Amino acid sequence: MGFTFAEKILAQKSGRSGVRAGEIVIAEPDIIMSHDNSSAIAKTFAEIGVSKVWNPDKIVIILDHVVPAASEKHAQNHKTVREFVSAQGIKIFYDINHGICHQVLPEKGHAVPGRLILGSDSHTTTYGAFGCFAAGIGRTETAAIWATGKLWLLCPQTYKILIKGKSPVGVFAKDVILHIIGKLGADGADYRCVEFTGIAVADMSIDDRMLLCNMAAEMGAKAGVCMVDDTTRAWLMGHGVTEYEAVYSDADADYENVLEFDISSIEPQVACPHTVDNVKPVSEVEGMRIQQCLLGTCTNGRVSDLRLAAGILKGKKIAQGVRLIVLPASKEVYQEAMREGILETLSEAGAVICNPGCGPCLGAHQGVLAPGEVCLSTANRNFKGRMGCPNSEIYLASPATVAASAIEGAIADPRKYM
Amino acid sequence: MRDVITGRVWKFGDDVNTDVIFPGKYTYTITEPAEMARHAMEDADSSFAGHVQKDDIIVAGRNFGCGSSREQAALCLKAAGVGAVIAKSFARIYFRNAINLGLPIVICPEVVGKVAPGDMLSISFSLGKLTHKGQEYRFPPLPEEVAGILDAGGLVPYVKAKFQKSG
Repeated sequence: MGFTFAEKILAQKSGRSGVRAGEIVIAEPDIIMSHDNSSAIAKTFAEIGVSKVWNPDKIVIILDHVVPAASEKHAQNHKTVREFVSAQGIKIFYDINHGICHQVLPEKGHAVPGRLILGSDSHTTTYGAFGCFAAGIGRTETAAIWATGKLWLLCPQTYKILIKGKSPVGVFAKDVILHIIGKLGADGADYRCVEFTGIAVADMSIDDRMLLCNMAAEMGAKAGVCMVDDTTRAWLMGHGVTEYEAVYSDADADYENVLEFDISSIEPQVACPHTVDNVKPVSEVEGMRIQQCLLGTCTNGRVSDLRLAAGILKGKKIAQGVRLIVLPASKEVYQEAMREGILETLSEAGAVICNPGCGPCLGAHQGVLAPGEVCLSTANRNFKGRMGCPNSEIYLASPATVAASAIEGAIADPRKYM
Repeated sequence: MRDVITGRVWKFGDDVNTDVIFPGKYTYTITEPAEMARHAMEDADSSFAGHVQKDDIIVAGRNFGCGSSREQAALCLKAAGVGAVIAKSFARIYFRNAINLGLPIVICPEVVGKVAPGDMLSISFSLGKLTHKGQEYRFPPLPEEVAGILDAGGLVPYVKAKFQKSG
């Protein structure tokens, strides 16, 4: 019996051979990423009582969650992080002008195929789009890695998710993954590694694959992955990454489950309050009044997402009574969107363009909701209170559905604009 | 962590979430483990905190500890004296939190349907063996490093002790 991608990488990174799902390994990550929560991690690190981090070159720290600082507390938090970075000699530090961790790390060449990347953020799974084994961990665990360079990991079972068919007009990768999460449930892939494969995945851009792996976290997965192919190699080449050894599951690997989804006849999908797996076709929620639209986040803040929304909004105005907040996922995305005129189109349509960062997705600033308000967002979570107010509602959809809905002031089917 | 734990069974079902293990409303107001223990399992079984005894064992179905990542959901059980949690499966973050905070956990689907509340159950961690009414059930023993984390009472004390020893 062959080995899965997860078994192979975790064996490699723990210096063992023949690791099987269910075994616990002590692995050394290639990269340990943390963001604004680095100051809390630094506190635990100090408690451990070791003065220097194990390897300053493998630690990546980025400020992205509340940037620029929204309050004195946030400012102090950032200051503490900068002081820690400087005191520890950590060279890979991205200050507030870079963007969201899950977009910036790949752009800067850190998401190298075959790597084990751990991060103190649940959507660390995103780097699976580049053939990395990438998992979110806790703050305590991150502090322990800073001190020792190692962490125990349970080698997960693997689900193969086979996506077949060609997506109909108006149906995008976001609709596909929402459809799958709706079927599997929020714990449908608990502690599993999920391999996305099939003709539909082969057709997808890197942006779309990042979205799939990003949202693998929303079905409980430890990691999501798309196998490296020509599309991956071309993207990496464009970002200066040329030396790596990609890892693939063996043809006779032991999958716990193989699930097939045919997307050729699905509608645009919407996740309804207050769980990501409460998914309905857009036709069932069309007409629901909204007060805010969010276009951005580590899920859907890439150039292709902004381009798609701008294509729908070009020459149009958003409805009165609706706010459209746009956050490009990174500086690179921002500048490309600027060059292509996308930002101008969105601004002309009535959008507020914010700086790259996580923005209102986690309810800290730049567009938190008031009681009774409804937001349609391209983000990955719609938990109660997520955008700052427990008495508000969040619906999740594709950039196309968000753009169409912004025009109508209510949840709308994007297909009539395509 | 002691190698053998023997205790009475408290039985729960599937999908016991962190909100019923330790209600969210207390997460920022209660910071002392002893106080957390007084609210353990409050919304799953309100009699639990008042009657739980040292080394009692929680036996539950699948996906134990789903929901938020709050570490208190593991800490409150440990502080209440719970000897171990046995389940068909654990939510990923709960599984990690439990080990990193020093709460012994066992995955053993076979035993879950066999035990009733109040039954006596014995766990040997080094042998990977559960004993219930003379019947034995196996589970994969914890690797040395993870057992070490549980022994030390969690990941931070474990790492701390390691550095003190080497330094």
